Amino acid sequence: MAKLENHIVKLAKPLLFGACLLPLAWLVARAFGIGGLGLGANPITELLHQLGLWGLRLLLATLCITPLAVSLRKPKLMRVRRMLGLFAFTYLSLHFLTWLVLDQSLRLSAILADIAKRPYIAVGFTALLMLIPLAVTSTQKWMRRLGRRWHRLHQLIYPAAVLGCVHFWWQVKADWREPLVYAVALSTLLAWRWRRARIAQHAPPVVPAFVRSWIDSVTMPRFGA
Amino acid sequence: MRVFKPAAIPPSEITSRERYLNRREVIAGLAGTGLAFGATTALAAERLKFTKNARLSTSEPTNSYEDITTYNNFYEFGTGKAEPAERAARFKPKPWSVTIAGEAEVKGTFTLEDILKPHALEERIYRLRCVEAWSMVIPWVGFPLGDLIRRFRPTSRARYVAFKSVMRPDEMPGQRFPVLDWPYVEGLRMDEAMHPLTILAAGLYGEVLPNQNGAPLRLVVPWKYGFKGIKSIVEIRFTERVPPTSWNISAPREYGFYANVNPQVDHPRWSQAQERRIGAGIFTPKQPTLMLNGYADQVASLYAGLDLRKNY
Repeated sequence: MAKLENHIVKLAKPLLFGACLLPLAWLVARAFGIGGLGLGANPITELLHQLGLWGLRLLLATLCITPLAVSLRKPKLMRVRRMLGLFAFTYLSLHFLTWLVLDQSLRLSAILADIAKRPYIAVGFTALLMLIPLAVTSTQKWMRRLGRRWHRLHQLIYPAAVLGCVHFWWQVKADWREPLVYAVALSTLLAWRWRRARIAQHAPPVVPAFVRSWIDSVTMPRFGA
Repeated sequence: MRVFKPAAIPPSEITSRERYLNRREVIAGLAGTGLAFGATTALAAERLKFTKNARLSTSEPTNSYEDITTYNNFYEFGTGKAEPAERAARFKPKPWSVTIAGEAEVKGTFTLEDILKPHALEERIYRLRCVEAWSMVIPWVGFPLGDLIRRFRPTSRARYVAFKSVMRPDEMPGQRFPVLDWPYVEGLRMDEAMHPLTILAAGLYGEVLPNQNGAPLRLVVPWKYGFKGIKSIVEIRFTERVPPTSWNISAPREYGFYANVNPQVDHPRWSQAQERRIGAGIFTPKQPTLMLNGYADQVASLYAGLDLRKNY
């Protein structure tokens, strides 16, 4: 059994690697008009949005690995976590570069003003900055060198993901349905970790009163509304 | 002796060869996908009879028909830019009627034909600046809204003009979710509505308006952000008080009643100083946004003494 599982893991990694490249390949094909594809009337914005969305999706996928590995009791799943995280970082870096070079045309004064004045840009930029040390210290060597501190450092992915969701939410004009999906997914993933931490501390996994009353207010039928 | 006289076909009835071939190609491409029927009706665009108004048109290069008809903000069909073009084929802009109501001597519900009949259509090539900081140049076919307003003789109490869009959730899937408070409503001050630059458009590129661009009748106010240009109009009402407007209801801090293009007054979340011209090359930088979208010479006097920071 263990042998079979090893084979699956060995096969899964290159497959997942290929899968992570698909959105990029799709965007390249669209950008160069391969097979009659295109990026539409506003190619820069489309490229920017797609790279950002895929970066956020991969970031959330990275955060799915630990809960999956634990609840399915498949610790070998952890081996794909770094790859997903690095792909998320790659897409988000390309997202940033598209904004810097194509959207802002490298005009530094406008860029700095934008980061300072626009909360959604500042928030996205901060999230990307948080991910840089994580990408740098993702190697085995750094893991060994940092030891316990590596785990503490890599918890930066949580605020980065929160800021990523906020960055998305703050750009929407009226249709908050799509950013809501990401926010709910992230909340679920973080809630799972919070609950696990409480169990580890032998604290009862209770829902705080304010969360419970909020859930009640949302789910209770409202009369006369 | 001539026995047979061929019927005269007006040039406007003749489909250009280019368009004819293009149409066949598209229909052939869609055949078998189940979209062919919708596409046929959508593409059977009628040519309109019009004159060109060069004096009120910009000489900037126009955007392609494809860009203008596939990159749309028409939330009634969905909030994605491509969704209006993908989903508007089921929408039926015929038959159509428009209700004229409120503070006017002549009121009632009129067929689109009756609304359009007395007006000579003209082509106006206008810049369109979206509040999302992109812009296009569009050859509209329409007529001055002021000419229509005069026909219905608004009373002295009519200080504003309120517009209402059609409400048809069956044909407009975006209306099945309250992204905005449907139906879409807009409004203008009477002097803005009477300004010669303000038009009601019934077509673009010489053809009847495609559904995704606001068929069969839409407002175009070139010095205001695009969202003021309400589409698929079913009601025009003359009012004494400021009428409610959809985006202002949705986010009053971000969208005011005036919504004049103004590079000095930013949207709370993004800058309005520059705009991306659709159709420009991928390495073309954004261009500076002009005061009142470049129509300041004609319309700035409407806002003399008005604080444009407060009245955004």
